[in-house]
Amino acid sequence: MKKVNDIFGKELKVLNIGLEQFYEDLKSQDIKAVQMDWRPPAGGDSEAADLLAALLG
Amino acid sequence: MDRRQANEEALKRLQDSEVYLVGAGKAIDVVPGMKKNLILHAGPPITWEKMCGPMQGAVIGALIYEGLAKDEESARKLAASGEIEFEPNHHHQAVCPMAGVMSASMPVFIMENKKYGNFAYTNMNEGLGKCLRFGAFGDSVIERLHWMEDEMYPVLKEAIELSGGIDWKALVIQALQMGDDCHNRNRAATAMFAKVIGQYLSKVSASKEKISKVFEFINGNEHFSINITMAMCKAIADAAHNIPGSTIVTAMARNGVEFGIRVSGLGDEWFTAPANTPKGLFFPGFTQEDANPDIGDSTITETTGIGGFAMAGAPAIVSFVGGTYKDAVNFTLEMYEITGAENKNFKIPTLDFRGTPTGIDIVKVLETGLVPRINTGMAHKDPGVGQVGAGLVTAPMECFKKAARYMVEKGLNK
Repeated sequence: MKKVNDIFGKELKVLNIGLEQFYEDLKSQDIKAVQMDWRPPAGGDSEAADLLAALLG
Repeated sequence: MDRRQANEEALKRLQDSEVYLVGAGKAIDVVPGMKKNLILHAGPPITWEKMCGPMQGAVIGALIYEGLAKDEESARKLAASGEIEFEPNHHHQAVCPMAGVMSASMPVFIMENKKYGNFAYTNMNEGLGKCLRFGAFGDSVIERLHWMEDEMYPVLKEAIELSGGIDWKALVIQALQMGDDCHNRNRAATAMFAKVIGQYLSKVSASKEKISKVFEFINGNEHFSINITMAMCKAIADAAHNIPGSTIVTAMARNGVEFGIRVSGLGDEWFTAPANTPKGLFFPGFTQEDANPDIGDSTITETTGIGGFAMAGAPAIVSFVGGTYKDAVNFTLEMYEITGAENKNFKIPTLDFRGTPTGIDIVKVLETGLVPRINTGMAHKDPGVGQVGAGLVTAPMECFKKAARYMVEKGLNK
């Protein structure tokens, strides 16, 4: 059995990034979970990200 | 100076400015560059032809008030003739709410930034409903403007002179502790102004009847102080302007068609985008369909860390602009993500006296994808009607992108 499967034999402690529904589902199953307050850089706006890169050099 | 140092200097100036109400005068006598055929307006530059309904209405009213036109038709003809010049208040060290129209004979308040030595100007608040600043120009509007010039102004001018100057920043600091955001909730600031000016009004040389009418007018208009607060903010923001390399916003203003910003390190260039339309609460008989897009210089309050940025400290404001108190708290909390400082003077009691989010940084706006949140009055989109309500609106992201692009293209980020 691969080592990665060991994880299913232990208590899960989850840090969720992104879609909050995954965090809610885990919480509803009494699994310890933390939702990270995170947004993609420049709010996901690639034009703004390019401008930032040029501005900050 | 690198960007960090430049921004630190701008943020310092935004916070340690000391602004006093030092006098009143006629615009033609005190506002830099004012002349008889010049009409100042809110927001970034705009021509007569492109002005929205309420701004055209206010221009029509101003031309009638000045005696340059006798009615709407002749005022429209004159405005379009090329004889009248139009420029933003911001180009003349001034700010005025909503349509923001200022003409030569109008009385103005004079603010002095005693820390940095600059001055700012604003016209006097007319009240709510049918007012010039909301685009109304009927007889009652013009009559009130003449009363303000002929009777209210001389009384107030003498009272302010007797006071030796009123520390307006101290008054705003206190008003923020009393439930005002000092943009759309001004009850505490106006009450304190009435209290302070009251003791000097009693010593003015005018008749008791005239003094009484002035006091009643101030007392009957809870927003009387907003213009003065805006001019305080302008005097603060101008002190933080023109710091090479700084990415801190020093002006946000709307002309009812476009929203414009200026940035400390980018000189007098405006960065504009189509203005959004506020959503909120309407006076009886009006709906969202009646609302004009965002208009006015009053976003100078948010620029300096009060107004919409201090909404968490003004729970009762939601009864005027809409939303819930939780929304108001969230608006303020969100603004910490796009600003450079927590104000050392303007505090929010409901957030354990945390300083208000101050100094919008265009870099932070781009990094987070969050834009400034504003609360505002709403004008009817047609000229001649007036105010229809108050609500909430955001600044367009495009303004901040344009500013960043300009900074890179001009090499001002080096």
